[in-house]
Amino acid sequence: MVGNAVFRVEGLRKSFGQNEVLGGVSLELHAGEVTVLMGANGAGKSTLVKIISGVYERGGGTMALADQDFAPKTPAEAIRAGVVTVHQNINDGVVADLDVATNLTLDRLSGSGAPTLFNPVRVRREAKAVADRMGLAIDLKARVSDLSLADRQMVAIARALAHQPKVLILDEPTSSLSSAEADRLFALIDRLREQGVAILYISHRMSDIRRLANRIISMRDGIISGIFDKKPLDYEGAVNAMLGRKIHLDQIVVRDSANAVLKIDGLRIAPDARPISLMLGDGEVVAITGLVGVGKTALAETLFGVRQPLSGTMTMNGKPYAPETTGEAIAAGVFLVAKDRGENGIVGGFNIQENIGLPFHKRMSRFGILRRRLERTTARRQIEELGIVCRSEKDEMSELSGGNQQKVMVARWMAQDARLFILDEPFQGVDISARRDIAAKLRASANGRATLLFVTELDEALETADRILVMSEQTIVGEHRNADVDLDRLLAEVAGGPLHSAA
Amino acid sequence: MTLRDHAIRYGFIVLLFGLVAYFSIAADGFVSPQSAVFIFQSVAITGVLALGVTATLVVGGFDLSIGSVATSAMMAAAYVMVVLEQNALVAVVVCLLIGAIVGLINGWLIVYMRVPDLLATLGMMFLLVGLQRIPTEGRSIATGMTMPDGSVANGKFSDAFLALGRHRFDFFIPNLIPVSVVVLLVLAVLIWFFLEYTRFGRMMYAVGSNERAAELAGAPVKAYKIWAYVISGVFASIGGILLAARLGRGDIASGNNLLLDAVAAALIGYAVLGAAKPNAFGTAVGALFVGILLQGLTMMNAPYYTQDFVKGVVLVVALVFTFALSGRGRR
Repeated sequence: MVGNAVFRVEGLRKSFGQNEVLGGVSLELHAGEVTVLMGANGAGKSTLVKIISGVYERGGGTMALADQDFAPKTPAEAIRAGVVTVHQNINDGVVADLDVATNLTLDRLSGSGAPTLFNPVRVRREAKAVADRMGLAIDLKARVSDLSLADRQMVAIARALAHQPKVLILDEPTSSLSSAEADRLFALIDRLREQGVAILYISHRMSDIRRLANRIISMRDGIISGIFDKKPLDYEGAVNAMLGRKIHLDQIVVRDSANAVLKIDGLRIAPDARPISLMLGDGEVVAITGLVGVGKTALAETLFGVRQPLSGTMTMNGKPYAPETTGEAIAAGVFLVAKDRGENGIVGGFNIQENIGLPFHKRMSRFGILRRRLERTTARRQIEELGIVCRSEKDEMSELSGGNQQKVMVARWMAQDARLFILDEPFQGVDISARRDIAAKLRASANGRATLLFVTELDEALETADRILVMSEQTIVGEHRNADVDLDRLLAEVAGGPLHSAA
Repeated sequence: MTLRDHAIRYGFIVLLFGLVAYFSIAADGFVSPQSAVFIFQSVAITGVLALGVTATLVVGGFDLSIGSVATSAMMAAAYVMVVLEQNALVAVVVCLLIGAIVGLINGWLIVYMRVPDLLATLGMMFLLVGLQRIPTEGRSIATGMTMPDGSVANGKFSDAFLALGRHRFDFFIPNLIPVSVVVLLVLAVLIWFFLEYTRFGRMMYAVGSNERAAELAGAPVKAYKIWAYVISGVFASIGGILLAARLGRGDIASGNNLLLDAVAAALIGYAVLGAAKPNAFGTAVGALFVGILLQGLTMMNAPYYTQDFVKGVVLVVALVFTFALSGRGRR
């Protein structure tokens, strides 16, 4: 297969300031094959895609399309050369207020040679040609905003294919599709594969990967960590290469707990998911791990009252617990450090002190009047406790590094005693030393509450938890005591298939 | 702090004092208690409206209906007293209720019907401008007017109500400070204290800055947003009461400039003390700033038709202060 590589990347590098994101990536795409690219958050997948599609300039290395040097300066140039990308956000690929026909031919409306007048008859005729070639059965007169997500996705892809690409890049195309909708997409991909298009498919969903992949490439920390093209494909190996299995420096002393703080019984968080039952004990740090999109955040939000379970019960310290709002959850002593602090955590207009005080205004005020001095002493104490590097508690959040911002988020919720402390991806965008600090703080203060972490990176779970639960397809599929963990079984559970060794 | 920081922080205050100093020298009679009171009185009603709209700006919203809430309240007060022949208390209560109900409807439209704030309150503005004309078939309300059914309205503005617009308190000099100025100062202190020192005010700022984070910190975000519009509506109706008391009739043509002047004051307030966010103190200073400028120019015989132009210039300069110099707009 070495001969028919349509697209070749050699030694690609890219840095943003000091931060090297791609450290020499080489890969090949073959005509008529689906190559799956796997990688955790921050592995460099999207940077790679953006360089290939002409959004970013490369820092070093070469790219070649059909043995010709390929160096697009703009996305339009990449598309004209035959490298077409469908980005993750569907709505970036379509114009919602226009009809399907106009969307399919949108790229012909601009650029040199485009007619000045808009001729709806011609547009519809050209659109029909595009739709027929793809077997797209959508009313061309329908407005895109009236279509389902799957149909919009189809339109976005059809629009991309109107250029007759040699290479098609799909960035997590199924992340917002139901399984029936995804099946339609897969059928389309099969068709394109038969037509000889080289496809790079980026996804975390094991079911997609099993269905489509001819080859799997795993990425980790800006380099290719594994290429798998022998049949049958080694899925666990690919997951392993993506998540990495470094020696963890601090072996932790595992604690077991008998006193249940939270009991979950038959909780269902998605329509066709199997129910979840688990128990969290006093003083115990439990990590739930699993790939992106398996329902970790949904479970965290269910525990915190952001969303409601479809069925099942929760018991907190022996009493029924069914929070309908975040306020109720906090009142019951359940705190959540939400993932993606910029979106869900940081109040940009507030300084450190005000950010730390945010959830506990009620407890920090008298007759509705905020006790600023109490807020300040609390902030100072928390800054001290977590070793937040700042000039004072009055610093703006934007002046802090990512790690320190995350520490402020953790400090916010550790300002009061929790009964159940949930952290969703607490180590996201955090440097290694801040990560160690936070993990050590969590373990040191674990007594008197149950601590629950949701992490995608296996290392993070191994470094911090007493117990590791594995999530897949919106439910818990495995449990490990974090001492002599059977990593093969764990990885197989993460990969979501029955246990079998492929290699 | 660098020079730039100082410029951002104190620039507008310095400008204000510079203005006062200039007019003191250039305009005869500018420095007198009467002149000062006149300035306050001229901005009292816009100031009250501006303080209300500040609450909606704090939660990241906007209220375009305040001007029409004020004029609706004015017409309602006149209708209640002149046509229905009720007393001042009933008139005041009806006005406040109108403000609160309009605020609730605005909040409901925005929070539950998901209408964008500008559009919802714009719609409400049109609705109220029309609604206030229906009971009298588009006529102004005054004692002795003929009603649509041919009868004559014999009620009149009660003295107690008119006192809200005409009574002056003694303050060193007899009969110095009008009620409207006292109302403005009291409301300014109230809303300032509420926004800066209570947990509710703090959470409103959090909602305006990052709604999702506020929700995940346990705040009932929807309730806070609706309350902001209720505050805005009630303040606007208080402005309407003061307007009715000053005019002594339900004048269909008055109050046209209220919305723009109030919004300008609140936005100028962003620049005061480098806050770069809506704040009650800034709003009050913003209203005063416009008042001083107009009073000074008037005393220097600038023609009346230049007033809106001057206000516009001040607003644009203040917005540049806020967004370009402090760099907060980029976040």
